[in-house]
Amino acid sequence: MEHFTPLSSLLGGILIGVSATAMLGLLGRVAGISGVLGGLLAGDTSGGPWRPAFVAGLLVGGFLFAAAEPAAFAMTLDRSLPALAAAGLLVGFGSRLGSGCTSGHGVCGMARGSKRSIMATLIFMTTGALTALFVTQILGGRL
Amino acid sequence: MMAGILAAFGCGLVFACGLVAGGMTQPSKVVGFLDFTGAWDPSLALVMGGALGTHALLRRFVTTRSRPLLAPAFYVPTRKDLDARLVAGAAIFGVGWGLGGFCPGPAVVALGGGMSAALVVVPAMVAGMLLHDHWFAAAPSAATPVVANATEVGRDG
Repeated sequence: MEHFTPLSSLLGGILIGVSATAMLGLLGRVAGISGVLGGLLAGDTSGGPWRPAFVAGLLVGGFLFAAAEPAAFAMTLDRSLPALAAAGLLVGFGSRLGSGCTSGHGVCGMARGSKRSIMATLIFMTTGALTALFVTQILGGRL
Repeated sequence: MMAGILAAFGCGLVFACGLVAGGMTQPSKVVGFLDFTGAWDPSLALVMGGALGTHALLRRFVTTRSRPLLAPAFYVPTRKDLDARLVAGAAIFGVGWGLGGFCPGPAVVALGGGMSAALVVVPAMVAGMLLHDHWFAAAPSAATPVVANATEVGRDG
């Protein structure tokens, strides 16, 4: 438990919840990142340029934080480039096939009480845990 | 139009702050949560729980209004069926998440932060999304009715 950061993680979660509520209240949209990004890539311009604007906010937020607190972006996992590429590919493909990711299903959908989102969250938590377990226990934490 | 762009940008900015403050741009914290057999790091549960609780609590003040402040309607998914795509997609997403410790939000924020791993993860993620659209664009599933706003209805977030 040496890396546990309860206060900052709870604060971070609250900020995400506030952002998701503002998205819904202002623009009527679900703040699901895979949905926003996937729609952007698919050329969905419905409702105006809110998709690129939201993604720009994510990017600028990361840029500003990196200047102030570089440790927030520490890569301490031992992962090769092919492993990272495979991870990204599966995350992109799977989140589109399953119509959502941690934010869309795990936060927005579950807050709505959506049966689909509850099911999706249970599934990706399970396969995520099994994968992490496999990499740590069988492969010794390196991939 | 301008107000909508600024609102979306602001929401993205706050969302990014939440992810970074929560530690989610450090993949070791994500994997440290998913692998509960090691030095378990429960931080992710507080990020998701905090976000879920806050949003569940606050969204009722929003959805009781007739429409959003800057848009004509709420675009919220209405599907209730559990189909094979949802199950398979979530399973595949989880494997990728556990493999690299990145889900879409933190990956994009980390790219903005210039994190070298994100320079690999994000292009691969984009490729995965495009690959999905390429494979499934021509063959809509029976579970997805072809109506005027099928893309909105079918998307959960």
